[in-house]
Amino acid sequence: MENTVKQIVEKYNTNRNRLMDMLIDIQEAEGYISRNAIATLSQLLDMSQADVEQTLSFYHFFSSKPRGKYVVYLNNSPVAYMFGREAIKEAFEKSAGIKFGEVTSDGRIGLFDTSCIGMNDQEPAAIINNMVFTRLTPYRVRELVKMMKEDKPIEELRKESFGDGKNYLPSLRSMVSSNIRRKGMILSDDYHYGTVIREKLPAMSPESVIGEIKHSSIRGRGGAGFPTGLKWEFCRRAKGEKHYVVCNADEGEPGTFKDRVILTEKPELVFEGMALAGYAIGGEEGILYIRYEYRYMKDYLEEVLHKMRKEGLLGTNISGIEGFNFDIRIQFGAGAYVCGEESALLESLEGKRGEPRDKPPFPVEKGYLGCPTIINNVETFATAVRIVQNGGEWFTQFGTDDSTGTKILSISGDCMFPGVYEVNWGFNVEDMLDMVGAYDVQAVQVGGPSGTLIGPDEFHRTLGYSDLSTGGSMIIFGKQRNLLRDVVVNFMEFFIEESCGSCSTCRNMTQVMNTKLKKILAGKGVAKDLKDLQEWGRVLNASRCGLGQTAANPIISSLKNFRPLYEALLQKDKDFDEGFDLEKSVQASCNFVGRVPVFNHH
Amino acid sequence: MSNLIKFKIDGKECMAEAGKFIVDAAADNGIYIPTLCNMKGVKPKGACRICSVRINGRLMTSCTTPVTDGMEIESNSAEIQDLRKSIIELLFVSGNHFCPACEKSGNCELQALAYRYQMMVPRYPYEFPMKPVDASSPRIIKDQNRCIFCKRCIKTIKDKNGRSYFVFRNRGHKLEVVLDEEMGKTIDIATAHLAMENCPVGSILVKEKGFDTPIGKRKFDKEPIGSDIKL
Repeated sequence: MENTVKQIVEKYNTNRNRLMDMLIDIQEAEGYISRNAIATLSQLLDMSQADVEQTLSFYHFFSSKPRGKYVVYLNNSPVAYMFGREAIKEAFEKSAGIKFGEVTSDGRIGLFDTSCIGMNDQEPAAIINNMVFTRLTPYRVRELVKMMKEDKPIEELRKESFGDGKNYLPSLRSMVSSNIRRKGMILSDDYHYGTVIREKLPAMSPESVIGEIKHSSIRGRGGAGFPTGLKWEFCRRAKGEKHYVVCNADEGEPGTFKDRVILTEKPELVFEGMALAGYAIGGEEGILYIRYEYRYMKDYLEEVLHKMRKEGLLGTNISGIEGFNFDIRIQFGAGAYVCGEESALLESLEGKRGEPRDKPPFPVEKGYLGCPTIINNVETFATAVRIVQNGGEWFTQFGTDDSTGTKILSISGDCMFPGVYEVNWGFNVEDMLDMVGAYDVQAVQVGGPSGTLIGPDEFHRTLGYSDLSTGGSMIIFGKQRNLLRDVVVNFMEFFIEESCGSCSTCRNMTQVMNTKLKKILAGKGVAKDLKDLQEWGRVLNASRCGLGQTAANPIISSLKNFRPLYEALLQKDKDFDEGFDLEKSVQASCNFVGRVPVFNHH
Repeated sequence: MSNLIKFKIDGKECMAEAGKFIVDAAADNGIYIPTLCNMKGVKPKGACRICSVRINGRLMTSCTTPVTDGMEIESNSAEIQDLRKSIIELLFVSGNHFCPACEKSGNCELQALAYRYQMMVPRYPYEFPMKPVDASSPRIIKDQNRCIFCKRCIKTIKDKNGRSYFVFRNRGHKLEVVLDEEMGKTIDIATAHLAMENCPVGSILVKEKGFDTPIGKRKFDKEPIGSDIKL
């Protein structure tokens, strides 16, 4: 073990900033990160052991205890439940003989829950030893567990044919489907990667590249919608030893999976966009920060980078432009939704806990290692290539005045054809539902849990930064769904699980509000509870980052648009009920003394 | 003093050196903005959010935001005051803060803020979480029931190599501030006392000897917290 850790630390030049990589490598080599490994690591890096643990314990996929030879992470997003997660869970537990959260006594199989893994269009899905298994059925689960018990190599567990698109490639060999249902400028096949770098850039100055991006009026595709051209310009102007380009592929918003599809089908376009950005801001290093759920793409993406280096699209003096040097490395996360927030992502890139930073300063001034850094979404980089190819003016013909271009939507839930759709901004929800074959729709979650839950009377609204803004997650719920019990509670628990805990507001208020929601669901609610929820939610606005500020949205938004669902659960004859259950509260002491008190029920 | 700038807090004209954090600039002008996680001279990390103010319609933490020329800051509005009180209440219900039995009573900033903001009964239900008390170090008791995750100990209590004695563990609602097991064994008495002093609540205690000052004669027994900030 000690030697393994030593080798791993040397591989990353004993650089503390690469602690994430070291922990990932140790976890993959040993199956977990033992006390001894932590001790060796802390010694070699001159950190306290607890300091190593503070990074380790932040991330869901790191473990200081063995998690089993076969580790099953079963997605727990609402859509997984809608497509039979309960039965899958039961099948796993029954055939493995353990509960979720446990490891079999022989250390062979571990079962764990995990937040949305970006497979909402092919649920129920699980990650087993970094390989994604989609469209699970109880039969398949029994088969899988049987093979685990027979000690079969993980590759043999993969019985289905490979997914569509590039998922069959030898370096990918994945069961995942890309499910591209509609192509636009990004997903279309009429662009050959490298064209912009070879044919356009030699005749363009960095300033003119930024000029075209600004002229296109493109705004960030991750959800926040900051104008991309301005971001690049600020960064170019900011003084620093180095400038960095970071691509945010940490798509953790439940229900979004379009970055996975872009990176599977068009990775060259994304990497070309990063190089282009490097040219524009004067940076030579790019980092793709990608969520650990997509670890199965590692070899494939490395292969694409290797190919692009060989073709001269990455490296030094690219395309014959003196001084245009750029290369990209891949950094994996380890399971933390909050790392999709750009400053938390930077902390994670530096090997630390993914706690968002205070702003100002913004990353364009002080980002990765304190240097000016741009962080853009996967889709933004891909789009930038097409903008520079055809000009900013060309781009503005797509979409609307305030939301130019196309948007790739991840559509899932109750519809005939879940998958990825590239549409022009300005598309309305009604058309979207008809496009995907969604009938008898009760509600659509626009933009994931941090977005809005809308009902039919708002389906005329359009997708765009000034109306329904979205990073791309669209989850459709049919009439048969229980929105409060199956969706809102699930989303609240997602935020509770994924909060970094740094702000007092987000760490506590989500919990307090969820407790109240559950009280209402248990039939103990009164009218005042709804007022409380509305008011209490406002406290979250004082949180540092977007996660915290939107963490009450599942309740606030459903309360606004689906109030009758709440009202139907309230007690009509009471205006006060603290929800206190005396019998439950004294149960532990009753068990201890072996006596049961007699309660006077009123 | 050519870099003096003008700004306003709740309509009152103020002056400060450019680049100062709002909370300090306000204090210089005799205006108290409450803080819990902030410590003078230590890099801020807006963790407790109690110093939130409204600038241009947005909530910002005054311990991390530098004051700029012409800035208009809203700090004493009913909304902000209630937000601060809410945060105090949240901290109370999410831990187990039993002031009458606490060694820090009278010197505790959370207790003092609760008095200043006239908290009677928190509007939120008590969670009564089960939290451990770590007494494994020969010098220090880390009582998790009282921790408010301000990070002061994490930022300030370090050994000569710059390694932190205290760190975060886990995240979100399971977050803990823990003392490094090995380093906790050898922490010297002066550092342990500093850790206890820097803790705004009674979560870090030095073993054997508690406090010299009796209850009734402590920091916040006579005057509310923030009384030192006057013109």
